Amino acid sequence: MTITHFTAVLLFALFASIVFGITQRAEPKMMFRFGAFCFVLFVGGTIAASWLMYFIKH
Amino acid sequence: MATSATAKAQPARATQSSSIPTLCLIAGWLVPGAGHFILRKPIRGALLFLSIVAMFTIGIALEGKIYQPNTGDLLDILGFVGQLGAGLLYACARLFDWGHPTVLVAVADYGTKFIVVAGLLNIVAAVDAHSLANGRKAS
Repeated sequence: MTITHFTAVLLFALFASIVFGITQRAEPKMMFRFGAFCFVLFVGGTIAASWLMYFIKH
Repeated sequence: MATSATAKAQPARATQSSSIPTLCLIAGWLVPGAGHFILRKPIRGALLFLSIVAMFTIGIALEGKIYQPNTGDLLDILGFVGQLGAGLLYACARLFDWGHPTVLVAVADYGTKFIVVAGLLNIVAAVDAHSLANGRKAS
C-alpha cells in the first residue's frame, strides 16, 4: 500500500480526532466540536510546519 | 445536608468496589471499544473500534515495524510499550507475523507511527471506559 504524505496526515488526524473527541468530552455535541477542533489543529499544524520548513530551506 | 452527602457517596463507593471498572479496563485494552460496549455505549464503542483498528491496519499495510521486547534499545522498548497498548491486535501481529522487522521504505516509518499511536489511543480509550464505569467521568 502506498499513500501520499498528505493522505497519511488526513487519516492520522481523522482517527486520532475521533478518539480524542470521544474520550476527552462527556456530551455528544462537545465530543463532535472537540474532535473537529483537534482535526483542524492536526491538519493546520502540519501545513503550517510544512510551510515553515519550506521557508527555512529557501 | 450531611445525610444527603452520605447518600450520594454510597452509590459511588458501591460502584468503585465492583469489578466492572476493572473489567472495562482490561476488555477495552484487549479489544478496542469493548469497554464502552460493556457500559452499553455501542456508538462510542464502534467509533473507537473502527478508528483504532483502521489505524493499526493502515500501519500494517504501510509495512510498519512491529517492535519486539528485549532488544536493549530504549527507543525500541518505548515503541514496544506503545504497540502493546493495542492488546489483541498486537498479539495477532506477532502471531501471524504481520508488519516488518525493519523499516525498508520511507512510508513504512509512517506505518510504524500509525501502529504505535493506535496502541496509545487504545490505552486512552480503555482508561476512558474505566473512568465512565467508576463514575469519575460523567456519561
